[in-house]
Amino acid sequence: MTGSITSWLRSRISKVGAARTALIVLTFALLESLCRIGVLDRVTIIPPTEMAASLWDILKSGRFNADIAFTLFNVAAAIALATSAGFFAGAALHSVPRLRRVSEPLLSAYYAIPTFVFYPLLIVMFGIGRVALIIMGAMFGVVAMIVNTMLGLDRVPPAVDKVGSILRLDALRQLVLIRLPAASPHLVTGVRLAVAYSVIGIVAGEFILATSGMGKRIAFAYDNFDNKTMYGMLLLLLVGVVIVNSALSVWENRLHRRFGQR
Amino acid sequence: MKSTRFDYLVFAGGLLMLWQLTYYAVGAEIVSSPFATIRRALELVLTNAFWVHAEATMSAFGAASLISIAGGIAIGVWLGLRRFAGDVASPILGSLYSIPKITLYPLILLAFGLGISAKIAFGVIHGIFPVAIFTMNAVRNVAPVYHRTAHIMRLSSVTTAMTIMAPAALPEILAGIRIGIALTLLGTLIGELFASTSGIGFALVRAMGIHAVTDILALTLLIFIFAALLNASLHFIERWVRHGG
Repeated sequence: MTGSITSWLRSRISKVGAARTALIVLTFALLESLCRIGVLDRVTIIPPTEMAASLWDILKSGRFNADIAFTLFNVAAAIALATSAGFFAGAALHSVPRLRRVSEPLLSAYYAIPTFVFYPLLIVMFGIGRVALIIMGAMFGVVAMIVNTMLGLDRVPPAVDKVGSILRLDALRQLVLIRLPAASPHLVTGVRLAVAYSVIGIVAGEFILATSGMGKRIAFAYDNFDNKTMYGMLLLLLVGVVIVNSALSVWENRLHRRFGQR
Repeated sequence: MKSTRFDYLVFAGGLLMLWQLTYYAVGAEIVSSPFATIRRALELVLTNAFWVHAEATMSAFGAASLISIAGGIAIGVWLGLRRFAGDVASPILGSLYSIPKITLYPLILLAFGLGISAKIAFGVIHGIFPVAIFTMNAVRNVAPVYHRTAHIMRLSSVTTAMTIMAPAALPEILAGIRIGIALTLLGTLIGELFASTSGIGFALVRAMGIHAVTDILALTLLIFIFAALLNASLHFIERWVRHGG
């Protein structure tokens, strides 16, 4: 019995995973001791254990629940908007190669411009509040989805398309039953990037000007030298993003393996 | 070629028309007209103050790009050659690539203060990870048969690196550099937006502060043109290397 459990554990915990965990733990331990012995001063950074304690305190006291909910809702709305608009725009561009070719320079230089310089203009248009933030986040995420939708549709093997025509599927079924699954690994990549970029857009907007939200709290704590709250909120935000991103990566890899091409 | 040029003209014309229509729809409070914006951009380019800001941005961007490329390639090659280390580090690099680095601005500010080093640091944390990830994958994806060929021909490790590994991995590394440089530019500008007293990003913040719509759009247009030209030239180099440079 114990033997089977040990072998099961061994099969789950690989050498690579163990080394990775050790590396992360060591990094944090190093940071912790550098903070504790005063090489890094408390005005700059607080020890990771204190960040974690502050995070725990924030969650337990619930004092920022409204801000967290505000940001989560906005991020979810922005992602929904960015991925759906990005998918349809990408599919449309993919079907018109001439348009796609001329829009390529626009799409590939897009992420070099700090899109949130348009945020004040959005505020004038929609007022301070959810709508401006959501549009900001969606504007940041949509291009990643467009690009990856086109990449995914490029990689649909011609043979798979032919199977669809042999089965005499209509255009909609061809898209939903054949091309969508075949393109799915890249679509998930697009969603993963759209998530990352939407968070950037929204948090940046909240930094600049907002009435509530996690970015607003971080900026406020920074302005008041409240490092404990600031690092607690930062840690919460980063941990959340890393978890969502890792989950989507796992899904993405599974799809890549299942549909067999990269 | 001629038809491509025609397509580009039609596309640019279409975009300008869309912009003009947006301007009519929402008004000058929110969007300036294309004509006014382009005229303002030309005016800005002729002023001395613009070039002082541009120079500040360029020196930070240049330094950040160099660090991102050199550091990213060094990390990527090292991890690419060591399978185990690469497997260990790959998801960590992926996470670091995807975290919203803008949230780290308080940390960067506290560590580097206001000034060029904060801008460079911001550029580097944006640009170094894509370069490292692409380089690692490029080195890993070099076909095993090349390694064996080098071995059979008894090439020294330096010759192997120069004549076999580098040409095989270069196109993909260049793709990483192209993405890394665009993000380094974004990072540098973000650094200037939040943490600086000079540079194009700072000029943008000032324009945002007094709600000078034409200035915001004109500066953004100039940044976009610069980014597009940079991207196009890197694309060109990439294609040249890929097709028997």
